[in-house]
This record gives sequence, C-alpha cells and structure tokens, in this order.
Amino acid sequence: MITFMNNSDSEEEPCNERTSLMSAESPPVPSYQDGLQASEAGEAQAHRKRRAGNSRGPNNIAGGEVSGSSIPVRESALENEEEELTLKYGAKHVIMLFVPVTLCMIVVVATIKSVRFYTEKNGQLIYTPFSEDTPSVGQRLLNSVLNTIVMISVIIVMTVFLVLLYKYRCYKFIHGWLILSSLMLLFLFTYIYLGEVLKTYNVAMDYPTLFIVIWNFGAVGMICIHWKGPLQLQQAYLIMISALMALVFIKYLPEWSAWVILGAISIYDLMAVLCPKGPLRMLVETAQERNEPIFPALIYSSAMMWTVGMAKPDTAARGPSQQTWDAAEDGREHLRSPLYAESQMSETRSPVPTRPVTSSDELEEEERGVKLGLGDFIFYSVLVGKAAATASGDWNTTLACFVAILIGLCLTLLLLAVFKKALPALPISITFGLIFYFSTDNLVRPFMDTLASHQLYI
Amino acid sequence: MTLAVFFGCTFIAFGPAFSLFIFTIARDPLRIIILIAGAFFWLVSLLLSSLIWFIAVKASNPQDEQLQKGLLIFGVMFSVLLQEAFRFLYYKLLRKAIEGLVALSEDGCSPISIQQMAYVAGVGFGLMSGAFSMINLLADSLGPGTVGIHGDSQLYFLTSAFMTMVLIFLHTFWGILFFHGCEHRRWWEIAAVVIMHLTVSGLSFCNPLYVGSLVPSYLLMVGAAAWAYLLSGGSAQNLRRFLLCLRSGASPQPGS
Repeated sequence: MITFMNNSDSEEEPCNERTSLMSAESPPVPSYQDGLQASEAGEAQAHRKRRAGNSRGPNNIAGGEVSGSSIPVRESALENEEEELTLKYGAKHVIMLFVPVTLCMIVVVATIKSVRFYTEKNGQLIYTPFSEDTPSVGQRLLNSVLNTIVMISVIIVMTVFLVLLYKYRCYKFIHGWLILSSLMLLFLFTYIYLGEVLKTYNVAMDYPTLFIVIWNFGAVGMICIHWKGPLQLQQAYLIMISALMALVFIKYLPEWSAWVILGAISIYDLMAVLCPKGPLRMLVETAQERNEPIFPALIYSSAMMWTVGMAKPDTAARGPSQQTWDAAEDGREHLRSPLYAESQMSETRSPVPTRPVTSSDELEEEERGVKLGLGDFIFYSVLVGKAAATASGDWNTTLACFVAILIGLCLTLLLLAVFKKALPALPISITFGLIFYFSTDNLVRPFMDTLASHQLYI
Repeated sequence: MTLAVFFGCTFIAFGPAFSLFIFTIARDPLRIIILIAGAFFWLVSLLLSSLIWFIAVKASNPQDEQLQKGLLIFGVMFSVLLQEAFRFLYYKLLRKAIEGLVALSEDGCSPISIQQMAYVAGVGFGLMSGAFSMINLLADSLGPGTVGIHGDSQLYFLTSAFMTMVLIFLHTFWGILFFHGCEHRRWWEIAAVVIMHLTVSGLSFCNPLYVGSLVPSYLLMVGAAAWAYLLSGGSAQNLRRFLLCLRSGASPQPGS
C-alpha cells in the first residue's frame, strides 16, 4: 500500500510518520518553534500520507493496526482494485500538491526578486555559528560543512526531545510550543515582511492601520490553523507561513551552508525514513500504538474542493486541524470521521452533476485529499528562493529548479504508488533541484547568454 | 523599455501557448503532469548539449573568433539533434505509461490517447524552450535601457517575442508529427521534423536580417500546422464544418 507520509514539521524537526494507513489521523507533528533564534532548519522529512490509504481504513481503524498487517488478509482482487484506484486518482493528487507548492515558490521568488531585505546579509542564526567570510575556498567549505553539522545535530536533538515529550505524553507542553511558534510566525514575521514590502514600494502606513491589519491576519490565522476554518483559508495560511519561514532561512543561512544543509537534510530524511531505529520512526509507531491524531498546524491538507465547497465541516479532510486536547476523544473522533464523512458526502455528491457517482468506496477515496508536511514546502521554497537570489540575476536557473522540484515530487508520488511504502519526498526533489541549479547556473547560462546575444534559437 | 514592452512581448510570445494550456491542458491532471515531464525532458536535453558546448569552448582558444563561431554553430545543431533524441525518449516513456494506464484502467482503455499525449508533450517542449529563450529578455525589458543603442536592431524584443511564439507552435506541431511517425513507423515524418527543426534553428543565424528568419519560420509553421491537422484526423471538410459550425449545428470535437 502506498503511504504518503505527511511531513509535518517544525522548522527544527522532522517528524515523520512512516506508517501509513492506520487511521485518518495525521502523523505526529513535532512542535515547531519559530523565531529568529529558535528556528532551525527543520528537516523536511517528507513523508506524505495519503488519505486514501485511510479510507481503506475502516478495516484498519477498527483494528487500530498498521495497514501493512492487513494486506495479507486482502484478496488479490481487492489489491488490484486498490492499486487501480490509487493510480487513478494519483494524478489528481499530484496536481493537488503541485498547486500549493507552486504557489509557495511563487510567493518566495516574487519576494526575493523585489524586496531587497531578504537578500541582504544581516548576520546569521546561532545554528550556523561559523562565518563564511573567509577568503580561502577551503576554509569557506570547511565552515559550511561545520555549520551543517551543527544544524543537523540540533535537529536530531530536537527530534529526540520531541519524541521523548510525546512518549511521556506531555501534550500540553507540545501544544503550547506549537501555539507559541505559530504566534510568532503569524505576527512577528508577518509584521517584518509587511514592513519590508511597504519599504520597498515606498508606501506609507500608519500604525493603527498596521495594527488592525496584522491583528486580523494573525488572529484569523491562529483560528484557521489551530481550530476550524474554511479549508482554502487554512491552506492559504499554511502556504503563507511556509513562505515566511523559507524567506527567513534564505536570509539567515549563509550561501554555501544553505546548499550543504539542503543536501544534508535530504540525506538525513532518507536515512530517518528508511532506517529502523530513527526517532521519527519511533514517534510514528508510538502514535500508531496510541491511535492518536497528531498535532495540527504543520500539515497541509488538500481535500478535493467540491467536497468542501459546501458549508458543512469536512471533518475527514480537516481532521488534523480540529484538535482537541483529549487524545482519546481525538482518537474516537478520527475513527468516526472517515465513515461519517463518507455518508455526508454521498448526499452532497448527488447535486454535483460533473462527477458520476460510482461506488461508495470511490467516493470515500476521492474525498480524501493528500497531506503534505510544511517542511517540504519550506525546503522546496528555500531551494528555489536561493536559486532566484544567487543565480546572477538569471531566471532560467529559477525556472529549471522549479521544474526539477515538481518532477521530483511527481516521481516521489509515483514511487510511493509503485513501492507502496512510505518514502521520503525530500531527497529526490532536492537532488534534482541541486543538480539543476548548479548545472544550469554554470553550464546552461553561458550557452543561453551566447545564443541570446546572437539572437539564435535552438 | 517599459511595462508596455514587457506585457506586449509576454503576450505575443506566450499568449497563444497559455491559451492552449488553459483551454486544453489545465483541466486534466494527467495532461499537466505530461506537460511538466515534457518540459523536464527538454531541460535535460538542453543541459547535456550545454555541457558539450561548454567543454568544447573551454578546450579551445577563446581568442579565435572563427573557431568560437564554428563551435556555436556546432552547439546549436547538436542541441537540436539532442532535443529530437529526447523527444524520442519521451515518446518511449509515454508509450510505456500508456500501457501502464491501460493495465490499470477499469475498461481496458487508457484515459488519454497517444495523440493527446503527443500534443501535450509538444506544448511542454515548446513552453520550456520559449521560457528559456524569453524570460531573461522579459525581465530585462522591465528595467531601464534603450534597445539597439549600439547599432543593433531596435526590434530585438519584438522579434524575439515573435520568434518565441513561432517556436512554441512549431514544437507543438512537431510533437504531433514526431509521435505519429514513431507510432506508424514512418521514418520520413521523423526525419522531416528533424530537418524542419534544423532549418528553423539554422535560419535564426540570419538574424538580425529578420525577413530571413521570421518569415520562413512562419511559413514552416503553417505547413507543419496543416500537416499535423491532417494527421490528427482533420480535413478540409472538418475545417469547413468547424468554421461554419453555426449553420451545420454539429461542430467537430477539438483535439484528437
């Protein structure tokens, strides 16, 4: 079975949930802490969890077991049907991920290209203590590698800390941490961003207006992300906070360190997902044992639009965002939600003429969206933003990285469909992105520039 | 160079392609994926050809003008051939994908036909090729400057935009022709596509004598369009019925 693991992540840690289809819950999300001091380069373990798997869920959910264990029980016909359904709406889900990833990248690239603030060097985070101002190349490389080691160690430590917190059920602590992070992101970073944008375009804004704007933006954001809100508004907020976080990284990570960190995080992601003793795996397994939903606010959920076009709350699709702090209640709620949502949806499905209603199973499938952790958004945007910021004013590099990342995303989803087990989504995209960045910047750019100067076309 | 030039050139170069995208590709997720994959294949072919050119340039004497010019010509031709080779590889990949889709579908037929894939692949190649040619120019056109102040042509942006548009269209038609040739084992169709591509690229060496490059390219485009239309099942009858659709009351379905 395919499991798309969500990668909810905090800037610091990756939280992967490798198991999959156990229930409608989203994978454990480590709390994230934003802040110029607290932010760390989170790894984006990009495991995406496919909700679809959850829909098969009713059998699994009841047992509360990992879906993998129920595979032998299934007949081969059912498996084929699963495969087929999986691939059939695979394309739709790929696009449902393409759109938000593209939007996030567009926001980041537009900001980088227009607002000078995010390309100015104004110091470094404490997580990258070594400076890159040295004249010799070897020293600079060494410093960036050391920065990467520091950053990744911090991430590992935070992840282990989070796993321990989760294991010993310190939910209030994690929840408080999460809320604090989103508060800082939604208010402080937005204030800084708005200030810089206004400065760039030389627009004056008085403090009362600013206060009202930021207050409304932040308050609605907190409600949408941590409680309930229209799905699209929630998605928009998640994209915006990912973009803000990516911009912070682009600004404060020194150049070479940023590239080495991107590479190292992909490798870490790969190892953390595929090695048996990783903290993330333990986190996931713990969450599965307890059959609990994970923390909201760090997973992007993209249920199908027309299912939430109605005014009813789409509990299945926005399960993770409706979080109560009673874990047991959460568990029950999520257990109920897939079946509940299905019946509601079959009613609302009939007035929609464009979609032929075939089987309830399919209905259930199509209702589910794909979930993607915010860390993926952040790191994809960091790569493309860095390409836009540092590629000698060249748009071709940015475009090449963009296409490479989308193709990596597509391939990852395809691999998930083929291998039917959780795979990290960062490595492929980031690898392609890095390859295309360096090769386009160094090889393609001179070629295209020469062609353009002679006005030749290939 | 102002917003007017920027928007004008953007719409000239990409307007038709984006309309094609919005009306025929954007609705279907599978087509969007094929489009992006097509763009990726073109990108890889460009990467490899740039690598070869870069190595050749680095290995040669930078002072020798003739040699550099020769290497550039070689680079352009090699790039064209590599693009067509990657188009063939993409065809192979899409063929496999169709088999997969057929195997996984309920009723034994693929949700998308090879002709539709050919069209989308062509648009993907064209869009990426156009983007790489044009985006830097568009970004520069937003800034200050005077076109051709050193004696070059003043129509640089405009002609680049028109050339980009024709190239995008040509790639679309070439995609259809190429895939049709591969499907039906008509090697002369494939050869015709390669020769047309080489011709168009070669004609661009006439720039800035734009009448030598733009006009023949547009003529070739019309020819390729007619050929692709015929191969996709169109005919003079269909065209007439389409144009007079109000009267006949039965308009033919667009696309293949």
